[in-house]
Amino acid sequence: MSAITRDEVAHLARLSRLALSDDELDHYATQLDVIIGSVARVAEIAAEDVPPSSHALPLTNVFRPDQVRPGLTPQQALSGAPAVEDERFRVPRILGEEA
Amino acid sequence: MSLIHKSAAELGSLIGSGEVSAVEVAQAHLDRITEVDGKLHAFLHVGAESAIEQAQAIDDRIAAGDDLGPLAGVPIAHKDVFTTIDMPTTAGSKILQGWRPPYDATVTRRLRAAGLVILGKTNLDEFAMGSSTENSAYGVTRNPWDLSRVPGGSSGGSSAAVAGYAAPLSTGTDTGGSIRQPASVTGIVGMKPTYGGSSRYGLIAFASSLDTPGPFARNVLDAALLHEAFSGHDPMDSTSIDAPVPGVVEAARQGDVAGLRIGVVKEFAGEGYQPGVLARFQESVELLESLGAKIVEVSCPSFTTALPAYYLIAPSECSSNLARFDAMRYGLRVGDDGTRSAEEVMALTRAAGFGPEVKRRIMLGTYALSSGYYDAYYGQAQKVRTLIARDFEAAFHQVDVLVSPTTPTTAFPIGERADDPIAMYLADLCTIPANLAGNAAISVPCGLADEDGLPVGLQIMAPVLGDDRCYRVGAAVERALEERWGGGLLSKAPTL
Repeated sequence: MSAITRDEVAHLARLSRLALSDDELDHYATQLDVIIGSVARVAEIAAEDVPPSSHALPLTNVFRPDQVRPGLTPQQALSGAPAVEDERFRVPRILGEEA
Repeated sequence: MSLIHKSAAELGSLIGSGEVSAVEVAQAHLDRITEVDGKLHAFLHVGAESAIEQAQAIDDRIAAGDDLGPLAGVPIAHKDVFTTIDMPTTAGSKILQGWRPPYDATVTRRLRAAGLVILGKTNLDEFAMGSSTENSAYGVTRNPWDLSRVPGGSSGGSSAAVAGYAAPLSTGTDTGGSIRQPASVTGIVGMKPTYGGSSRYGLIAFASSLDTPGPFARNVLDAALLHEAFSGHDPMDSTSIDAPVPGVVEAARQGDVAGLRIGVVKEFAGEGYQPGVLARFQESVELLESLGAKIVEVSCPSFTTALPAYYLIAPSECSSNLARFDAMRYGLRVGDDGTRSAEEVMALTRAAGFGPEVKRRIMLGTYALSSGYYDAYYGQAQKVRTLIARDFEAAFHQVDVLVSPTTPTTAFPIGERADDPIAMYLADLCTIPANLAGNAAISVPCGLADEDGLPVGLQIMAPVLGDDRCYRVGAAVERALEERWGGGLLSKAPTL
């Protein structure tokens, strides 16, 4: 039985904001199936009582002092923008035509 | 001996004493890059003019009597995953083609502060995801030992530059082995510091709980000097360790293993390991014993599950980190024709801008984090991470350092694993546990495999903040082997 279906891969591509072609979906479905099949053995390890580690260091809530300090100028922040208008990032429409 | 064959320490002292100018040294390396980079393709960007300017500034300061550090005026190749305000930064991806960052990474800033002369930016697997540089959007880098083979990855441009004498030093980043594995397969030294020991600020993120900047060099002392130059606490990185940098330079000068307890990881041998790799590893263990170390076999059973855990944790973090490439604020934007929505433009841009391995990992991570699978995959992988840290802890009660081969095989041919992700992932089998637990680990050259005459690396793993032990043992191995060989391993490499 395959670990992941082509429909699931299409769903993952949508969630990942990747506009993939049909050929790509076929290709990735095959590959992801193999990869998931090989990593799935972590599920078989007995670890009910083991706490998870998200991180290697025992650090919690590292804060910096709440002080004003220099940041990027608008020109610097916008220097790599694909489109700029009136000192702002210009973006495509974010709402549908109907809205 | 020509300038390009000298060590970083030698160059630093020649420049500091005024015997050689930093400009001469920079020019010699720029000439070498012109000579060999057509074959190697180690660099994505060479900043010839700015390198000469930086070198001139160092020469001026030395002439004015300034007391600069041991690496002032020494050239360095910088992995193209660190932001640089004066050079493009691409992370090997089309999605960042031509991007000029508005700020320097902390590592970049500290290289400049130490007076290092940045020659250019080196090639890498896209977003540091890979073990061969074949995943770069800008073409593969070739191994100086055999141009038909990979230089390792993801920091393959940096390993090839140093092994090919295009720079005495380079930077890398190690998330699952991306410094140690390329160092191993090109016959040089590569160190992954303790996680949090070197700053991630301005390092383009792949897997934030694992990413660690570190040095490449042709000898252990040079690596330690570079390690010391860019490491240490950085308030701009919330996971930076607020503790002094371990005494790595002193340890590299000391290089003594008498009385040290060295553990051989039982699990890292057998099927999948090239005989020539195991033979050189076994000899290294015998060498350490002859130098006065006590050898102990150690079992770390959880290490066998490190690889699958890593390939759930790293892609999960990558799927989240790479969400920032949204075509809105910087980088590529595709399909913005006035009719499409932001979301459509985003999906078209990401499909056009990311390569296959990055897409695979983003989708794999999205899968592992999705409800219904989270506990079985990501949650379980985090538990394995705890088990691996416990194995290390138990082992370091018995021994001072652990050793293993750095990678199961020597450099593989270009193309051999490009379409087989699982085979590619095996290159990181021995290096991943140290990433998951945050430990320090180094790879030092330990000989050539009989089958193919290619370099083999010895991995030395130390506890968190025990970075100095890696250098101490590495320097001892290096000294003994160079005595035996009558020179460094790279002296056996073919002329480019």
